[in-house]
Amino acid sequence: MTRIPLGMPTPPGAAPAFPAAAARSTQDATLRENLRHATHTIRAKRAAAVAELSDWAELRAAGAAIKDHTLRHLDHYLEQAEAAVTAAGGQVHWAADAAEAQAIVTRLVRDTGEREVVKVKSMATQEIGLNEALAAAGITAYETDLAELIVQLGNDLPSHILVPAIHRNRAEIRDIFREHMARWGRPAPDGLTDEPAELAEAARLHLREKFLSAKVAISGANFLVAETGTLVVVESEGNGRMCLTLPETLISVVGIEKVIPAWRDLEVFLQLLPRSSTAERMNPYTSMWTGTSHGDGPAAFHLVLLDNGRTDALADQVGRQALRCIRCSACLNVCPVYERAGGHAYGSAYPGPIGAILTPQLRGTASALDASLPYASSLCGACYEVCPVAIDIPEILVRLRERVVEGGAVTIRGTRAVIRPAKGHAAERAAMRAARWTFDHPRALRAGQRLVSRTRRLHPRRLAGPGRAWSDTRELPEVPPESFREWWQRTRGPQGTA
Amino acid sequence: MVAADPGPAGDGMSSRGRVLGRVRRALADVRAAEAAADTAMAAGPGTGAGPAAEAEAAPPAGHAGQGDAAQDYAKRDYAVRDYLRVHGSRTAPQRVALLAENLADYRAHVHHAHEAGLPAVIARLLTERGAHRVAVPHGLPGDWLSAVTAERVPDSADLTARELDAVDSVVTGCAVAIAETGTIVLDTGPGQGRRHLTLVPDHHLCVVRVPEQVVDALPQALELLAPQHPLTWISGPSATSDIELNRVEGVHGPRTLDVVLVTVDEPPTG
Repeated sequence: MTRIPLGMPTPPGAAPAFPAAAARSTQDATLRENLRHATHTIRAKRAAAVAELSDWAELRAAGAAIKDHTLRHLDHYLEQAEAAVTAAGGQVHWAADAAEAQAIVTRLVRDTGEREVVKVKSMATQEIGLNEALAAAGITAYETDLAELIVQLGNDLPSHILVPAIHRNRAEIRDIFREHMARWGRPAPDGLTDEPAELAEAARLHLREKFLSAKVAISGANFLVAETGTLVVVESEGNGRMCLTLPETLISVVGIEKVIPAWRDLEVFLQLLPRSSTAERMNPYTSMWTGTSHGDGPAAFHLVLLDNGRTDALADQVGRQALRCIRCSACLNVCPVYERAGGHAYGSAYPGPIGAILTPQLRGTASALDASLPYASSLCGACYEVCPVAIDIPEILVRLRERVVEGGAVTIRGTRAVIRPAKGHAAERAAMRAARWTFDHPRALRAGQRLVSRTRRLHPRRLAGPGRAWSDTRELPEVPPESFREWWQRTRGPQGTA
Repeated sequence: MVAADPGPAGDGMSSRGRVLGRVRRALADVRAAEAAADTAMAAGPGTGAGPAAEAEAAPPAGHAGQGDAAQDYAKRDYAVRDYLRVHGSRTAPQRVALLAENLADYRAHVHHAHEAGLPAVIARLLTERGAHRVAVPHGLPGDWLSAVTAERVPDSADLTARELDAVDSVVTGCAVAIAETGTIVLDTGPGQGRRHLTLVPDHHLCVVRVPEQVVDALPQALELLAPQHPLTWISGPSATSDIELNRVEGVHGPRTLDVVLVTVDEPPTG
């Protein structure tokens, strides 16, 4: 089976499975402290921001319903959005996969004659490995979001949807700025300390020249309104406004699931997103633009609509709800697994609980990493509780585990296919088959239970063979001296059988 | 109508056709369910199609072929909107007070002025911020800057971002302000200027006419705004949460945001 090319810096096929990566990251005391500090800070704030709205449950239900409806009529709304954007002066391009999106954007940048672009933080462009593709074509992409800048300067990978450098504390950020800023442009100010305000000032100075000279910008979008052709970018720093306003050409790469039907629907999502994401009543800056405006902002606007596995997820009746996601990252911030393992262990642009359900649906479960992601969860359900569009993440995790263990019908790059069960689960399947046979044969069950009871003192504390990994982290249950059936026979037998 | 990218595999199908085809195949179960629901509804009332089923029942099968059916179902509401339009009921002064409170909570500097005193307040604030050069959008009411001594830089088609970088402040009005979120919205209308005008200078002074430009809640603001114009929603000065998920004010946008709430009646006391 072919794997969907994703263009990530580390090919996922070569990436270690989640348990191996997590085993390493959980040993990193600094990383764990950074993550614990950051996620606990935001948890309490988010809860307070949500508690301010007495109708949160209704907003959440409406958000889910709007997204569900859109997904169920996605073809209609995509065509409507395309027509509206075109009528407003934009150009619409369609990309079936990462390679097509890379090729379209590269061509559009080349057509301008520019060799440098500024970028607004965008999950879609991270997902398709756009920066690497542009670099291969001789085009330098400058990340302008503070956290993305930290990641880019540190030659690092993002580890969080909202705060890609969440794994870095302020002292590490200062060191990265001091060491690497000069190589990319204006160096860090002398005597830079680790005060967050000073670090923000250093980023401001470093990027100002880039904004003023940039001719091409690349962005994603939080929402695309089909009815009006309006794109919405929600941000904090003003780097988004800079990129969306100052350059002559704007290229926005937008996943096809970002479309919403109507202008009015923004009233739901603009209440859900900031409070879930940064725990703010409203984020500092929200930009909305519809095509091009004469004399204000970019003269050329290109919208690249990206599939890259989204239609494969759409084909799964349980899994398609993952496409409701508005990328707020609330599920990351509450997840006990994410807090300890960190974002890099998930091996894709989408870490945390949402990544554990999105990545295997976008890429398939063929690689060891992608097949392990549905297991990167304790199924505690905290992610579902905080999700502003009520994605039942545990339900999809279980669905994907079933797919990994049992195989079955899936859609891969638009084509229906039947995948075989994963190899690693042969022992589990054999055990389940044996159990099914035993429970169907009462005599065998009774004989087996007797044998196990009689020999209970001799049982090892850990399993051997394929069961060893299971008992590494679990106590084996103690076998009682008699089975329930024996106890029933002994105490109630005469009446029961009379 | 639109630029479609040729398929790389030479299979004769555009990427547009490929993506839309995949979407339609992925939704085969939805179309089948809708066709069944339509049949049930056509059979008459009481056939078990509940409100939820009705909400998703339209359109008749084959809406992908466009036409009236698609228009028809798109007009129906597809979500239960029993969330609140406004969180609480307020008098006009209460609404203005909440706006001031929430603006200040996100580190905007809030000032009150009576209409007659507005030029003096603007002049004082610009002096306090050390503004030598002030960007002026088209359509700014003539007397607002009557007391200002700083050099005025009028917006014009050839005013570049680099030139704006040498401007200290910008004075604008706004389209609407939202009390519950502490947000001001600019729609590039008269007195607001093109988008870069309020972005590149480090100090933005925004005048809000109260109470008439203030709404309670976000849904009301959306109704007043036209998406044909570029919109900028501003809630406090530029900020970031990127260092340890703590909010720090002051990154790329204006680091100082002064909001002057101007009344035509008596100024609020206190």
